[in-house]
Amino acid sequence: MSEPFVSVKGLTKDFKALRAVDRVSFEVRPGEILGLLGPNGAGKTTIIHMLLGLTIPNEGEIRIFGLDLRTHRQKILQQMNFSSTSTELPYSLTIRESLRVFARLYDVKNREEKILGLLQTFGLLDIKAKTVRNLSTGQRTRLNLCKALINDPRVLLLDEPTSSLDPDIADKTRRFLRKVMTEREMSILYTSHNMREMEEICDRVLFLHKGRILAAGTPDEVVRFFRGKNLEDAFLKVARQGEDQR
Amino acid sequence: MSGHRIVAVCLRYLYLYKRSAPRLMEIFYWPLLDLLLWGFITLYLARYRQNLPNFVAFLLGALILWDILFRSQQGISVSFLEDVWSRNFLNLFASPLRPGEYLVSLMIMSIFKILIAGAVMSFLAWLFYSFNFFLIGISLVPFILSLVMLGWAIGIATMSFILRFGQEAEILAWGIGLLFQPVSAVFYPVSILPGFLRVIAKAVPASYVFEGMRTVISAGGRFPLRPLGVSLALSASYLVASLILFHFTFQSVRKKGLLTRIGE
Repeated sequence: MSEPFVSVKGLTKDFKALRAVDRVSFEVRPGEILGLLGPNGAGKTTIIHMLLGLTIPNEGEIRIFGLDLRTHRQKILQQMNFSSTSTELPYSLTIRESLRVFARLYDVKNREEKILGLLQTFGLLDIKAKTVRNLSTGQRTRLNLCKALINDPRVLLLDEPTSSLDPDIADKTRRFLRKVMTEREMSILYTSHNMREMEEICDRVLFLHKGRILAAGTPDEVVRFFRGKNLEDAFLKVARQGEDQR
Repeated sequence: MSGHRIVAVCLRYLYLYKRSAPRLMEIFYWPLLDLLLWGFITLYLARYRQNLPNFVAFLLGALILWDILFRSQQGISVSFLEDVWSRNFLNLFASPLRPGEYLVSLMIMSIFKILIAGAVMSFLAWLFYSFNFFLIGISLVPFILSLVMLGWAIGIATMSFILRFGQEAEILAWGIGLLFQPVSAVFYPVSILPGFLRVIAKAVPASYVFEGMRTVISAGGRFPLRPLGVSLALSASYLVASLILFHFTFQSVRKKGLLTRIGE
């Protein structure tokens, strides 16, 4: 079996008295989409921030591509990227200018070709001269995804990437991600509150609650674990009854 | 007109002041600064009005130099705020960008802003008042370097405060530089200040620059080598201190999870 791209062991994060992430361990293998699932405050976004080195864990180890994140942050981030609904690209720049900035930050070769290709894929080519300020929420989300794919990342962290997309664009985005994954070796860590989307796209899911992993496995295995009808049913049980459900 | 709705809006601002020391400070900050600055200028003019042959040059030269200090600070802190306001900050630091590279970029942008603003101000001073800033000569260049370093130090310290204390500290980006103005002897000599402010002025590199400028402008004034050395040494020390503060603040906000909340 190939080495995992992402390996997390005993990850713990406290914010004062609150334990946001509690001894979480998992791996993401090449070509795998791992979903982080759980109610608000489960620790999903904190885990993503720790994987990006934006938040330092209290305990635990993060290894990406076999390298320790603490000592090889730049080398690792060169091959990673992320998209989140909580971030935006600079308002006053055009779509194309924004992507040029990030193409340089990631030292992308054939920048213009890469940018035009992504804009074509995400249906933004015709409005490439529009400033970010004047984009709709859905267009901004697609632009964020272009940014996230600008450096052909081997590990992609997507924090609710389709939350503001209409069903058509959301479906196209998922198909595109699947297509990219078949073309090259990439891993995705995916969070979403859309349970059907998680069932459709994820190879495995981690079900988190109050910072701890309650269940892990394929979406079917997790549904069986919670004796639910589907992931949404399982999610509702956990969100409403907490750890007693176990 | 509805009284309870007006009270509701007033209450909204009062709650804000209750929890925000920087905003509360602002109420006292600007009047105090204005009083100090214009009070000392008035005192200077009243005391030395018979003896100020180059007063126009003093004032215009001081204005241009002060703007250099102000722009160099704003070039750092306001450029940083642009990323915070557009919620782009996390995108930058989730990339391979190092904090040091980010700071160097901001410093380059600050130089760019200084060059543009300095050129515009010098041109306008020549056009409107026939004051040629460049006639002061090359001797002012090291003083400008000292002002730029001090501006960077203030800008980087401001950034650190904003990283640590969040949105409510943003107000510092506009006002903290001006805090130094009354004790920088921009428009009047240090000797006009009362004793305790003179002591503070000695620790402010800009005071040596403006005193030096007046010496250079004055006919027959010798190049103030010693004040220049003191000013450069102080500015360099503050710049190093601000970089150390930024380094530790950046590490601390990553530990506290505050980096990801910037701009919220």
